[in-house]
Amino acid sequence: MHPIVRTVLQRLGLGLLTLFIVSIVIFSALEMLPGGFAEAILGQSATPETVAAFNKEIGLDRPAIVRYVEWIGGILQGDFGTSYAGAGGNIKRHVSDLIAPRLYNTFFLAIMAAVIAVPLALTLGVLAALYRNSLFDRIVNSVTLTTIALPEFFVAYVLMFFFAIKLRWFYSLSTVSESTTFLEHISRAALPAITLTLVIIAHMMRMTRAAIINLLASPYIEMAQLKGIPRRRVIVHHALPNAWAPIVTVVAFNLAYLVVGVVVVEVVFVYPGIGQMMVDAVSSRDMPVVQACALIFAATYILLNLSADIISIITNPRLLHPR
Amino acid sequence: MSTEKKRTKGEILLEMKDVRIEGFSDDKWHQIVKGVDVTLKRGEVLGLIGESGAGKSTLGLAAMGFARPGCRISGGSIVFDGIDLLKSSEEDLRKLRGSRIAYVAQSASAAFNPAHRLLDQTIETALDHHILDRGKAESDARDLYRRLRLPNPDTIGSRYPHQVSGGQLQRAMTAMAMSCRPDLIIFDEPTTALDVTTQVEVLAAMRDIVEQFHTAAIYITHDLAVVAQMAHRIMVLRYGKEVEEAPTREMLKSPREDYTKTLWAVRKLQMHERPSDDIVLRVHDVTASYGGEITVLEHVTVQVPRGRTVAVVGESGSGKSTLARAITGLLPPLSGEIYFDGKPLPRTLRERDKDMLRRTQMIYQSPDTALNPRQRVRDVIGRPIQFYHGISGQACDRKVVELLEQIELGESYLDRLPGELSGGQKQRICIARALAAEPELIICDEVTSALDQIVQEEILKLLMRLQEETNVSYLFITHDIATVQAIADEIVVMYQGKVVQQGPKSQVLSPPHPAYTELLLSSVPQMDPDWLTQLLAARSARSTRVPA
Repeated sequence: MHPIVRTVLQRLGLGLLTLFIVSIVIFSALEMLPGGFAEAILGQSATPETVAAFNKEIGLDRPAIVRYVEWIGGILQGDFGTSYAGAGGNIKRHVSDLIAPRLYNTFFLAIMAAVIAVPLALTLGVLAALYRNSLFDRIVNSVTLTTIALPEFFVAYVLMFFFAIKLRWFYSLSTVSESTTFLEHISRAALPAITLTLVIIAHMMRMTRAAIINLLASPYIEMAQLKGIPRRRVIVHHALPNAWAPIVTVVAFNLAYLVVGVVVVEVVFVYPGIGQMMVDAVSSRDMPVVQACALIFAATYILLNLSADIISIITNPRLLHPR
Repeated sequence: MSTEKKRTKGEILLEMKDVRIEGFSDDKWHQIVKGVDVTLKRGEVLGLIGESGAGKSTLGLAAMGFARPGCRISGGSIVFDGIDLLKSSEEDLRKLRGSRIAYVAQSASAAFNPAHRLLDQTIETALDHHILDRGKAESDARDLYRRLRLPNPDTIGSRYPHQVSGGQLQRAMTAMAMSCRPDLIIFDEPTTALDVTTQVEVLAAMRDIVEQFHTAAIYITHDLAVVAQMAHRIMVLRYGKEVEEAPTREMLKSPREDYTKTLWAVRKLQMHERPSDDIVLRVHDVTASYGGEITVLEHVTVQVPRGRTVAVVGESGSGKSTLARAITGLLPPLSGEIYFDGKPLPRTLRERDKDMLRRTQMIYQSPDTALNPRQRVRDVIGRPIQFYHGISGQACDRKVVELLEQIELGESYLDRLPGELSGGQKQRICIARALAAEPELIICDEVTSALDQIVQEEILKLLMRLQEETNVSYLFITHDIATVQAIADEIVVMYQGKVVQQGPKSQVLSPPHPAYTELLLSSVPQMDPDWLTQLLAARSARSTRVPA
């Protein structure tokens, strides 16, 4: 077996182990939250009897261990359980049915933002390194730093004001439903995607620039210059291939943020993503939904970091082509 | 090649006049090269020699119209084949570089880009400057690999730099420089990082190829014996100025300047061996490995007499430094015993008590990395005094001053930081730090390799004097035979983790030798300009091979 395949399998195994530990942490943390779904839904005037009856109805009277095993067992079979909302009624609302469309929306927005932000950030980073300390470099740095320093909601409202209200290019509200077509979805998600791009671009761009500049003092860069290689090619062909490891780590970190950290942007644009759903579920103590969301977020982080590790390995010839 | 036609030997190719180069440090521009004239004819090889800081590399790069970041060419003129390099645009210079003037760097392993295959890097300039198309360039590169006697010339190009050895990389870099058939190649200490046994092959390959294509070259080095093999003429530089210049044979026979003569003198330092049976350290049948896969030491037995110097010689990878790590306990051996004063030492560092640790100290190759840059001399030397002898405060300071005087520095150095010291002074501080523990054995791991020859001699003399005064033993790890001749009582020759030969210096250095010792000794460059030619002739006659 190629050592890389072994490493990847090892990391994957470790990732699963991490996910298992995370599931325990999530479950216990939610157990420790004061108040339960019954209190939240029945209000302050609920008698202990009604609360107990309600808890029995949704199975909360059983020991935590039993419920955990049941939950994790279900997940292993692809069943995320049923939402507490609607419990007791005739219609059982499966968590997966609740989450699936929201998750689709979230990934749609995340991928859209990533497709704009990652190439843009890398290009700007390379150009900033190429024209280091020039006016261009300074402008790119200060603009990206400004957009990351401003609160997301502020950036969102400014964009909304100019592009939706003044210029009328995009929608100010990003309401989408299952009947929305793909192209329609893109145009409705445009403003949130641009907002997110502005938020994450600085980090990636500055890391690209720094990682490249860090290598410019290497003897092989000087050698390339002395070989008469044009400066652009020196940066792109000689520095960049050796700079991937730190860059992809930062890219993975920011992509994870696109999935798990966009609740503010979702709220501002009324975009039906998973972040908003999780916040709602927490305030109503709808634990199965919260747990499922948290687990998905954890899996996203683990997978993205795993991919970053793998890319770091395969872009390093020392690891890819051992002696 | 089209350029070959207009190549007539003897015509002036490069003319540098009153070249001045400045470097920026401490908020000021300082002159590094202070008005040097260089004239180079086509097909001629000029050797530039001097200590580090003499401005050799800076001058060599200036011949390409290049100044390192933080440096600038501030005066004079540099005319290459009728082109005034100082008046040319950056774009015109770029087109010259790689195609008409090429560069071979000191450390090939650092100068090759780790991310690309050798062949792609070899032909990069030829393709980028549209000199050859890919097919022609690739077949030409393979031809160059063959001429430079690289193993598997047809396939070695598809390897990555980390997959080939240092000597092979250095030859691949020469092929890279040759790929556009330049008129001039700058060799910047190309064999300094190589073992002597590898150096011979690389030198021979480079000399042949330069001759084959009538390429002019500037050969920069600090090793006179090496430059004697390569250059037609030698120029000695010191403090950015020319000391003298003469044809090689003339220069070797009768150097005019005192400074040049001191460069010769170093080679003559020699000490007579002093036999002794009082063994302080005995390494018995030690086998060690990193991670268990490949054994780096195999059944090594070595003895160090009290108050004597045992030199361990061998090329890189022979296990010299691993032996030091095993003795100090940093790398517990897999099997075998280490006796100190007749008593067995525990295998690991952790099991040894303070007094056992005190008795063995180390001095490292690079004083730059062995000294904490944020610690003052007072703390560097004071720490072992406090740690091993429990002396602190003023008594400790007095002891530090005593040690400073012993190493020929003085009280004024107490509050200096390592950054405020020269390379030789830093190595002296490392020696004082080792002495502060009052050890019985000091392991010196290539302690003079990073220093200039004149400084080397001073350090060696200091070490010998300290041995007379304190009766300390040295285990002196080195790859430099001249150093061994200078200071050793006994010699241990190592090859691939095994001891090939050991004994008193006179015995090891006089024939008959085992095959590897023979190869090692015969590979040490001699001042004779015909040494390399004769050696190669002798080797091919006997077809002596490197022992596998």
